Amino acid sequence: MKKKTNKLNYSRYGIYFIAPFFIVYIIFSLIPLLSTFYYSFFEYYMRQGIMQVGPNFIFLDNYINIFSDGILFKYAGNTLIMWLMGFIPQIILSLLLALWFTSTRLKIKGTGFFKTIMYMPNLVMASAFSMLFLQIFAANGPVVNMLMESGLLEEEFNFFEKVITTRSLIALMNFLMWFGNTTILLMAGIMGIDQTVIESASVDGANSRQIFLRIILPLLKPIMLYVLITSLIGGIQMFDIPQILTEGNGGPNLATKTMIMYLHDLITTSKNYGLAGAVSVLLFIVTAALSFVVFRAFKNNDMVDIEATARK
Amino acid sequence: MKKIFTVLFLMAAAFTLFACNNDNGGEVLVIRAWNDEFQNRFRDYYPDYVSTNSDGTDVLEDGTTVKWVIVANDDNGYQNALDLALQNQETADADDKVDMFLIEADYALKYVNSDYTLDIIEDLDIDEADLDEQYQYTKDIVTSSEGKLKGTSWQATPGLFAYRRSIAEAVLGTDDPDEVQAEINTWAKFDAVAADMKEAGYYMLSGYDDAYRTFSNNMANPWVNSSDEIVIDPVIEDWIEQTKTYSDNDYNHGASLWDSTWSADQGADGEVFGFFYSTWGINFTLQGNAGDEGFGDWAVAQGPASYYWGGTWITAAKGTDNKDLVKDIMLKLTADKDIMKQITIDTQDYTNHKSAMQELADDPDFGSDFLGGQNHIALFIESAEAISMENISPYDQALNEGIQTAFRDYFSGEVSEDDAWDNFYEIVQAKHPELKRKD
Repeated sequence: MKKKTNKLNYSRYGIYFIAPFFIVYIIFSLIPLLSTFYYSFFEYYMRQGIMQVGPNFIFLDNYINIFSDGILFKYAGNTLIMWLMGFIPQIILSLLLALWFTSTRLKIKGTGFFKTIMYMPNLVMASAFSMLFLQIFAANGPVVNMLMESGLLEEEFNFFEKVITTRSLIALMNFLMWFGNTTILLMAGIMGIDQTVIESASVDGANSRQIFLRIILPLLKPIMLYVLITSLIGGIQMFDIPQILTEGNGGPNLATKTMIMYLHDLITTSKNYGLAGAVSVLLFIVTAALSFVVFRAFKNNDMVDIEATARK
Repeated sequence: MKKIFTVLFLMAAAFTLFACNNDNGGEVLVIRAWNDEFQNRFRDYYPDYVSTNSDGTDVLEDGTTVKWVIVANDDNGYQNALDLALQNQETADADDKVDMFLIEADYALKYVNSDYTLDIIEDLDIDEADLDEQYQYTKDIVTSSEGKLKGTSWQATPGLFAYRRSIAEAVLGTDDPDEVQAEINTWAKFDAVAADMKEAGYYMLSGYDDAYRTFSNNMANPWVNSSDEIVIDPVIEDWIEQTKTYSDNDYNHGASLWDSTWSADQGADGEVFGFFYSTWGINFTLQGNAGDEGFGDWAVAQGPASYYWGGTWITAAKGTDNKDLVKDIMLKLTADKDIMKQITIDTQDYTNHKSAMQELADDPDFGSDFLGGQNHIALFIESAEAISMENISPYDQALNEGIQTAFRDYFSGEVSEDDAWDNFYEIVQAKHPELKRKD
């Protein structure tokens, strides 16, 4: 009995130390998350932006509305197109740069310097970056003036009046902001590949194309998948760049309005918690499914690795 | 080094705590606004104003502290913050309760029709006769659906057509306001002048939405009818038709209100004949954009239609604990003849007092140097009397912005008219789920 009282219970200190995180998480993440699910089954908004309507329980009506009018899917299409326009060139360039910077044969000097430079755009706030582009590409801005002076443009041109140019600018900004990050991830992936495999392949007479296609690329698959999925999740949440570049309009022809911008519209004026909740739940499901894919891919791959080593 | 920063940080934090603790001398009046315009008027013209503290609050003669909560308008920020404060009004500390807040015409009815604003006649005990000199339209905008007056304004904002004298001389052969007005006093004549401007290498207007308010202020019905259906007024269709013609024929410069092209068009190198501008726009925005080179090169005429643009109303929040002070501020800053007249003399702004403005209009010495000595007040008087704002709705902000956004793509040739209408309804219904498209 005496012995027991003397014994210090250290485990409670552990609980004290992790408690702040859980308290903050429950208040600021879990409760809002659950209430989002809850209100997605209600009609709940402010009439004229100020008079409360609801909450009236309507079960799945919000979801039925989303699927029947299809507006969300149009915005999902916009988001996907703009994400692809940025991601495809990004992955190609990043892969190329990662190969060059890790190549033992090229021995590029100052990779640290270039890595920093390439990562730089990511440090600028997306909204500030967007404001900058808005100024640079304005109808009477420096880019248009330069093009006109050099004779490439006959008359004034407004980048933000055409769907293709506006989408391209948004994709370009996403590309600039994220290619450095992707390059560094891919470099880490390539450097993780056992150099002896590559060396022995070249001793056996494999050329660099064969080494790339047959050795590096297959071994880089899990990292590529990781880059793809995280970028896709980031793409789904695309908001600040198009919001500021189009001054919240998602124009022209609503072709640059993303899903989160739609969510923003629902919530700002009439605080439509019901419908916005349903949209958020759908986004949550898609994002969770994508995260699950990454999780599974990594888990499987580790097992393959272990099996392969065991077989040796 | 790290330690020094920690000490400095703690000192700063402690200082802030102490600084917060010393403002408990007397009542606190909380005023919410989106910019410092009213704040400046208040400090310059409210007779009981004494001084401003280092933390931005003001002190009045009776010891009351005036606390300003200024939240910028961008992205609906002002209204969002205001709505939240009003919802928490009952539980807020006495010193944090909103006493007055400012509103704009496009969303005035949102607050006026709600319970969050006080009837200034019944609740604040303001004598209706004291407001006799104010323009009727400024009262209509803040009259609730039950007929209660919920606010008051120190400005009237009638609009005019501001034009460049040098271009008028070159194309129309005269820069005299009366003669120019005779050339543009109907839309048909205005269109004809636009064609002449194009011929001479100028633009008539700068942007797609420059003329919007001259049409939308003359609607015969509110935007939304009693069964929540959106009603497209014939004048809106006229605006769409006219702007499409102007865009296709290059009569306008393809800009949008407030964008950099639009501002540059008002500068020294601008090739745009004129801009629809109301009181504040001429003395603040246009004069700023025109710069020194443009000084004296502008004049105003009434244009083809009367309209207003902008303006700010003061309302009293329900739950205010300073009713008498709110009443006094309203009377002094929106209905006192001498103060109203002085504001106009000092700032060239147009104030909401008919006889004060009439005196200035009749004063042969009064005029604007920027407008080449023209007495613009005289023109504003005629214009202000003609404004009728009986047909506003609580949804005007969303609908006015929505139609300008949606039809910009139609004017630039990116979408068809039908698509523009679809986009319009899509934009508006995301913002106000209760609105319906009329078949």
